[in-house]
Amino acid sequence: MTDQAQLLPGTLDLLILKAVSLGPLHGYGVLLRIGQISGQALLIEQGALYPALFKLVRQGFLKASWGTSENNRRAKFYELTAAGRKSLRDETEEWKRVASAMGAALAARPEEV
Amino acid sequence: MKLMAYLQSLKAKFFRREQLAGEMDEEVRSHIELRADDLERSGLSRAEAERRARIEFGAAERVKDESYEALGGHFLDTLQQDLRFAVRMLRKSPSFTALAVLTLALAIGANAVVFGVMNGLVLRPLNVPHGENLWGTAYGEDPGFQSYPNYKDLRDRNHSFQDLAAFNFAFVGLDTGGDPSIATGYATTGNYFDVLETHPYLGRFFSAADEHGPNSAPYLVLSYAYWHSRFQDDRTVIGRVVQVNKHPFTIIGVGPPGFGGTLLFGSIDFFMPIVNQEQVDGESLTTRGTSHEIFETFGHLKPGVTPESALADVNAVGAYLEKTYPKEFSQKTAYLGRVGLTSFDTAVHEFVTGLMVLAGLILLAACANLGSLFAARAADRSREVALRLALGSNRRRILRQLLTEAVLISLMGGAVGLAGSVALLKQLSVWRPFPVAPLVIPVSPDARVYVVALALALVSGFLFGIVPVRQVLRANPYEIVKAGSSARLGRKITVRDVLLVGQIAICAVLVTASFVAVRGLVRSLNGKLGFEPQHAMLVSTNLQMAGYRSDEALAMEKRMMQAIEGIPGVEHVGLVNGYPPLVYAAAERSSVFREETSDLRAVNAAFAPYKYEVSPGYFRAAGTALLAGRDFDWHDDKDAPAVAVVTREFAVRMFGSVNGAVGRYFKMMDGSRVEIVGVVEDGKYLSLTEDLDAAMFLSWLRSPASDIDLAVRSSRDPQQLAADIRTQIHAIDSGLPVDTSTYASQLDVVLFPARMATLALGVLGALGAILSITGIFGMAAYSVSKRMRELGIRIALGGRRKEVLQTALGRAFKLLAVGSAAGLVLGILAARVLAYIVYQASPRDPLVLTGVVLAMGLLGLLATWIPARRALAVDPLILLREE
Repeated sequence: MTDQAQLLPGTLDLLILKAVSLGPLHGYGVLLRIGQISGQALLIEQGALYPALFKLVRQGFLKASWGTSENNRRAKFYELTAAGRKSLRDETEEWKRVASAMGAALAARPEEV
Repeated sequence: MKLMAYLQSLKAKFFRREQLAGEMDEEVRSHIELRADDLERSGLSRAEAERRARIEFGAAERVKDESYEALGGHFLDTLQQDLRFAVRMLRKSPSFTALAVLTLALAIGANAVVFGVMNGLVLRPLNVPHGENLWGTAYGEDPGFQSYPNYKDLRDRNHSFQDLAAFNFAFVGLDTGGDPSIATGYATTGNYFDVLETHPYLGRFFSAADEHGPNSAPYLVLSYAYWHSRFQDDRTVIGRVVQVNKHPFTIIGVGPPGFGGTLLFGSIDFFMPIVNQEQVDGESLTTRGTSHEIFETFGHLKPGVTPESALADVNAVGAYLEKTYPKEFSQKTAYLGRVGLTSFDTAVHEFVTGLMVLAGLILLAACANLGSLFAARAADRSREVALRLALGSNRRRILRQLLTEAVLISLMGGAVGLAGSVALLKQLSVWRPFPVAPLVIPVSPDARVYVVALALALVSGFLFGIVPVRQVLRANPYEIVKAGSSARLGRKITVRDVLLVGQIAICAVLVTASFVAVRGLVRSLNGKLGFEPQHAMLVSTNLQMAGYRSDEALAMEKRMMQAIEGIPGVEHVGLVNGYPPLVYAAAERSSVFREETSDLRAVNAAFAPYKYEVSPGYFRAAGTALLAGRDFDWHDDKDAPAVAVVTREFAVRMFGSVNGAVGRYFKMMDGSRVEIVGVVEDGKYLSLTEDLDAAMFLSWLRSPASDIDLAVRSSRDPQQLAADIRTQIHAIDSGLPVDTSTYASQLDVVLFPARMATLALGVLGALGAILSITGIFGMAAYSVSKRMRELGIRIALGGRRKEVLQTALGRAFKLLAVGSAAGLVLGILAARVLAYIVYQASPRDPLVLTGVVLAMGLLGLLATWIPARRALAVDPLILLREE
């Protein structure tokens, strides 16, 4: 765990939306996908995943349906709704803004002040 | 979209709980299996892989709980929990719950009833289109514009109303073929229905186009209710000719259901054109100086016209009329009122508002009562609260729990109170207080009553629910757990003390108000009326209903008087034109002038006394005392000089003394000189609450009328006497409708408002008394139970009963005294308002003051009786062993 980055509050939702935006996933698949796209740098605590998924469904960003996994297990698949797609776009913009601001702030040197 | 998703998740949560739980289980299981599949692929055995997967996943139950919360609707969830807990707590103390629910049921019920009355009388417009924009013009003390010519001028000269209609009452004998009976209706202007914008249920309405001068429109429109009861919904009545006071009228239509005329207090039988009124009761529409041809004038304001500018307009027309007809018209201030109540508008408004205030006070007292009960309960539960705080519950959650309990109680109380008040309102609205008058109280409850009751329940729940908030917020769990619940018994003044004092003060106000009202009613019943209603019978008839011409009236009426005089047991018989004093509040006034006045304009009148025309012997029959001079005799007829008998007030106002008046003269509006031959005692004429006013009696022999009342004095049984009178009159003319009733029963009508006011105030006062009993009882019982141990020690140490009682109840009595004193002072101030409704309501009456003090003392004794017994019965041994 020590070599993995701590998740900032609020970023889990964004990661889930991103992961699901690449194609419908079941809960375990979301975990794997996040690991994959973050180069295994970001690992989600398994217990935190489901409350977040349920919340996103409630907010109307995801919709869920039962289906069969690649290895023939029944699983609940999540996919993005139109609202979810929009939220992903907005949140990504926001994240980029904050990240670049943070980057600029942290890169500041004494002579620039 | 989002909302839909939210609602769906709520729906899943609350209505498909089982299914949802199953799905969550399955999802977790599928997750663990998928993970196990991966682990298995990396070389673990299946069993080991599943074990590892489960460990990695962590506490599945917590995940499910958190997911469940993430579904939203946390608020509802908590509410459900709180409710369940509240129900459990309330069931644990049923007597507390019952007391609280009952208190609120009474308070909210009282409010709902009063609001129902307000809703029916003040808020709800007449059942016609655009009823809220319908305004009646009242002029001076009398409604309407008084005479038909004045009405016509107002109608044609104003610029504010779209159109103006008017009506007067018509009491007629209606003969549909063999069964003449008395019917009550309106004689209306032709445009009446057009102004109201109503449409007939059957046939047609008459309109302004039907009016072509006097007696040109012999048409009848029946009210729906009358058509239903008298004609049994017979659709063939349209076109039928019936006899109205022996004149043929054609029924042309039936009004819409639920419409019984434009007065809220009465539902009438029929409508006829006012141009035909002369035919029916001989009143000519051409006299300008009269004041009883029009009962009310009303219309819709033109768009954009405010009631204020309309009022100015009406007054301007009044000023014009005064200038043009100085003799017949004297300017008074006009005002606009809601159609339906006419000149009672202000009185009803003030009365209902007053009641509403008192009912609000009741609710406030109930809230204070429950607030202190809740505070006491919260104090008792401080240990529980402290424990919950210590175990990590937050204060908001605990307050929410307490508030849920309060609101639950208030809703239960509200439901019970509302059920009771709806039943009462329904009773009231079908109640017909007088068989003699078509009077109704239009207060059937509607949705507004329910909404208001619900709102009141919620508001009061929050009101008394927040009383213990401070207590809980400041609670220090450590201290409380350490010290136990009976820890502090400080001498400082607590919130509960303040609440109790406030509550007792409010109750004392209510008790004072009801005492004042009852005392006022008793006084008005015992006040001098100017006649003696006991042993007097009134015989009412209208010769026109039997087709007599007005020149035949005198002879016929004489015969009737003689016939009744012949009945054994009858002492005196007298006759009065129209109604005698205080019957149907229907008195007429007429201006009089001093003898030396030559310019007989209305403004120069000395005053305008009530005017009656009576026969010789009337004063003896009515029981009016003759103070000086003589009664009328049978020679005071058309051929003799005009004479009058006046009241003491009349004599004093015009001549300064009773004896100085006899033999003197005054002038009538037409300039004729009238000699005063006698003076009688003062009396009441229009209402019991009126101020002392003058009246004059003229000789009926000079101006006989067709509608008359005979006063018959006899100490015989009224029912037998009435039967004898009917027999005698029907022996003269069997077609003459006669109404007999005792004078006393007719006074019931006049007394009705005062009686209702007294009843209402009495009930509110009783409610106040009950509340103060429960309040004091709660406080006293609580303080005794809290101090049981101290009392036990005092008794064990040989304390005397008096000391024990003082310890136990001294505080309760002190609070009671402070509260009562405050309430009494407030009550005296507030009772000024009562003077408006209740005759001679004076709170400074020593009897009222003593009564209130005694009553509050008694209530205190009553309320502390049981706690005192408990305090004295304390057995120190048992108590000390317990702790």
